[in-house]
Amino acid sequence: MRLALGAGAVVGVLAPAVGFFLVQRRQSLTGDGIGHVAFAGVAAGILLDVAPVLTALVAAILGGIAIELLRSRGGTAGDQALALVFYTGIALGVVLISAAGALNVDLFQYLFGSILTVTRSDLVVIAALGAVGLAVVGLLYRPLAGVVIDEEGARVAGVPIGALNIAVAALAAVTVALSMRVVGILLVAALMVLPVSAAERVAWSMRSTLVLSMVIGLTSALVGLTVSYYADLPPGGTIVLVAAGAFALCAIAGSVRGR
Amino acid sequence: MPLAVELDGVSFGYRPGQRVLEGVDLKLGEGEFVAVAGPNGGGKTTLVRILLGLERPSEGRALLYGELAHRFSRRKTLGYLAQRSVLGGDAPATVREVVSAGRLAAGGLIGPLRRRDRELAAEAIARVGLEEHADSPVRTLSGGMQQRAFIAKALAGEPSLLVLDEPTTGVDVESQESLAALLDSLHSDLGVTIVYVSHEFGAVERFVQRLVLIRRSVVFDGPPGELPGVWHDPSHVHA
Repeated sequence: MRLALGAGAVVGVLAPAVGFFLVQRRQSLTGDGIGHVAFAGVAAGILLDVAPVLTALVAAILGGIAIELLRSRGGTAGDQALALVFYTGIALGVVLISAAGALNVDLFQYLFGSILTVTRSDLVVIAALGAVGLAVVGLLYRPLAGVVIDEEGARVAGVPIGALNIAVAALAAVTVALSMRVVGILLVAALMVLPVSAAERVAWSMRSTLVLSMVIGLTSALVGLTVSYYADLPPGGTIVLVAAGAFALCAIAGSVRGR
Repeated sequence: MPLAVELDGVSFGYRPGQRVLEGVDLKLGEGEFVAVAGPNGGGKTTLVRILLGLERPSEGRALLYGELAHRFSRRKTLGYLAQRSVLGGDAPATVREVVSAGRLAAGGLIGPLRRRDRELAAEAIARVGLEEHADSPVRTLSGGMQQRAFIAKALAGEPSLLVLDEPTTGVDVESQESLAALLDSLHSDLGVTIVYVSHEFGAVERFVQRLVLIRRSVVFDGPPGELPGVWHDPSHVHA
């Protein structure tokens, strides 16, 4: 359980930190799209007998960059770019998993998470990649926030927007791959979006929105895991339901404050 | 006078056969305060995008300080207030956060804001008269104040060329007047080259040295006092 809490804490902080920039850029479903490509990566890993988390990470990064390139350079609208990658990913995953003959319980741990089976070495990888992800968010906070505030102004001033967009896509992909074991591919986007949406209701600045969303993500992960452990509930779903509850509380608090 | 902007026979269309701009010749000297006006759909915003290097002309050439605009190497010296500038995202960004974003290109991309960047952001906020609202979310302010915050953002980068595209859209008359006075003081105090683009130029008419009317091509270029009376008739301008 301590290993699960450690993994949950890392993902609980990282997912909203990266999701913050997706939500602000109206790309909340990007995490979902990348998750479906990661599913194809998991299937490829099972078929090729390679660690599925690794193949999922590679697939997620490629999928994230593909979504960004289709959106920014391919003349494809954002939601269509997402749909294209989303459905191609899930279709490829179904075909590969069928070829591997692995439509079984093993697959479910990636779809819905299996945090209680996290090993010490899994935790080391999750913590190391999570620390790198958070460090990148910290270093790139100002330019990423600047692009959110005024993308056209930043473009005129020569800020490298294309490179920053690719960085966000890659960060989202790493977050999805790390979060697979905690909440599962199908719920990973929820942990990137719900804490941010909740924080927006009560925050007083952009920076406080980011910090509050990380606090809400961390709290949701720890409370959700604890409740799921003692109530014998699925951890991924419980974590996301706690985050949804946090959103409801923040929405109420925000509307009371606004009166 | 050295040139800040030079458009030489510029034509442009967003698709083959279309001509949003045709044969535009325009030279803007460093330190000028110029109003660019014309009817909606007359090509003003396209002209702005070309002179800033965001679009490349189909014919002719656009130069910024002697360099091709789309390859301009000193972009951090450009300040830009886009048409209908609105805050991106839903997070409640404060005036200070918005203005500090104007230091991105000039102050370096990586890591936290330096002391000098914070000082310049504070100076820009003071210059537009928003000190009391520096830590208020921009969305809680009036339309005129929000425009001031975005102008302060552009100023924080210490631009040598400031381009404002329809800065008074959705702003009341009183705010339009104070915005024009603010731009006049920026021009006279800091020597910034200002290009003020609007479908109506009444508010800045008495401040600018030069007025350029665009309707696909340049149809008037001179001091506002020499503008033929018919152009002051809004029905004509918008026709």
